[in-house]
Amino acid sequence: METINKHYFSDMGIMLGRSMRHIFRSMDTIITVAITPIAIMLLFVYVFGGAIQTGTDNYVNYLLPGILLITIASGIAYTAYRLFMDMQRGIFERFHSMPIARSAPLWGHVLTSLVSNAISVVIIILVALMMGFHSSAGVLSWLAVAGILALFTLALTWTAVIAGLSATSVDGASAFAYPIIFLPFVSSAFVPTESMPSGVRAFAENQPVTSIVDAIRALLSGQPVGNDIWIALAWCVGIMLVAYIFAMRVYKKRV
Amino acid sequence: MLNSSIQVKGLQKSYQKLHVLKGVDFEVEEGSIFALLGSNGAGKTTIVKILTTLLKQDSGTAAVNGFDVAAKPDDVRQSISLTGQFAAVDEILTGRENLIMIAKLRHLKNPREVTDDLLNRFGLTDAADRKVSTYSGGMRRRLDIAMSLIGKPQLIFLDEPTNGLDPEARIEVWKTVKELANHGTTVFLTTQYLEEAEQLADRIAILHEGKIIANGTLADLKKLFPPAKVEYVERQPTLEEIFLAIIGKKEKV
Repeated sequence: METINKHYFSDMGIMLGRSMRHIFRSMDTIITVAITPIAIMLLFVYVFGGAIQTGTDNYVNYLLPGILLITIASGIAYTAYRLFMDMQRGIFERFHSMPIARSAPLWGHVLTSLVSNAISVVIIILVALMMGFHSSAGVLSWLAVAGILALFTLALTWTAVIAGLSATSVDGASAFAYPIIFLPFVSSAFVPTESMPSGVRAFAENQPVTSIVDAIRALLSGQPVGNDIWIALAWCVGIMLVAYIFAMRVYKKRV
Repeated sequence: MLNSSIQVKGLQKSYQKLHVLKGVDFEVEEGSIFALLGSNGAGKTTIVKILTTLLKQDSGTAAVNGFDVAAKPDDVRQSISLTGQFAAVDEILTGRENLIMIAKLRHLKNPREVTDDLLNRFGLTDAADRKVSTYSGGMRRRLDIAMSLIGKPQLIFLDEPTNGLDPEARIEVWKTVKELANHGTTVFLTTQYLEEAEQLADRIAILHEGKIIANGTLADLKKLFPPAKVEYVERQPTLEEIFLAIIGKKEKV
């Protein structure tokens, strides 16, 4: 109906405002999301870092891209959690019986996921700067990094939507994130893949995280990015589209 | 009936093999309080969900405020409000924020005024700026109903509005519902508490095993009660007895 389309974006904005309030009122979620990656970063830089040969003089520079992906992967667990709670508590039923677009509440969660993950990513980068991270990247490279991270967030967010909508318990809603958080460990995020045994190396080099990490690392250090960026984008867009289609199908079935 | 807010004809709905509604018919008169009475699992919530466009029926028709729920769901949503079985309030927001959010989603011009008004009317002004998670069950329900009133819908659905409330809070909700009807709002109420239907409803329909097995005013239903039995104390039959008696009779047939 006309009025519904006319208000689509303002309705979505109200939904975004609502879940952003949730986040700012439970700062523990942002802290939890940021604290684990920071701990991993500290551990790897100051404990293991000395023993890792990456061929770069500054291990923080090498490590940061992978840490950012871990941050986003733990952030989207909360997206699934918030969505699950909304489904449980009946507030979605109220929204859906009102004259607003059916997908507005869902998009509110997706946008919230983008914004809150961006905040966590900025926190991590600030901590990395304190730990000696430096980058020669120009504005365009930083924009490219932001774009890749946003696409990665969206791809994982739509995956989280599937989990949040189809879970039957709170634990189930966020459990799907653990394997994703673990993926960077079996990639080029912490150590060069050349050091791994051949089977593991084959997996590491062909899974999405490696190409994304390599692309971001190249952008931040001012190196030529080569094909990595296209492979990284293909992974992000591919996962996002597949997850989006499935998520929408589940959503239509549930509401 | 001259003006009916709800018209339901031959409504059927199954979940997989479970045949929940087996041809439900009823009408609800504009401005009245209509109570749908039935035990747990009788299909009351299913009917509410179909009428509020949250669920599609398998067959039969349902019209709300003159709009077919399947064909014109957007028009139906413009003219109704649902207070579901679980208080649909946002616990992390304050009471005031909850009301303002709904007022904005209904695209009202003066969300703050409407909110102040409702807070006042529902005795929530003092608690307005507290998080809803600190509210008592009765306050939460009152906020829930207040949220449903925003935008002055012609018809309000209350799905088991006093479920889980203590007696005092229950009486508060009853008072609210009666006031609503006095203001001309049509109220569709489901309940498993017989006293609630007896207290509030102009008409009562009893849903049992997927069908409406009785429908009328309390006086009508009392007439269905089996002839008087000899008792030492003279008293009126309670609705509970009527309910059980009608169900029992149906099952024998």
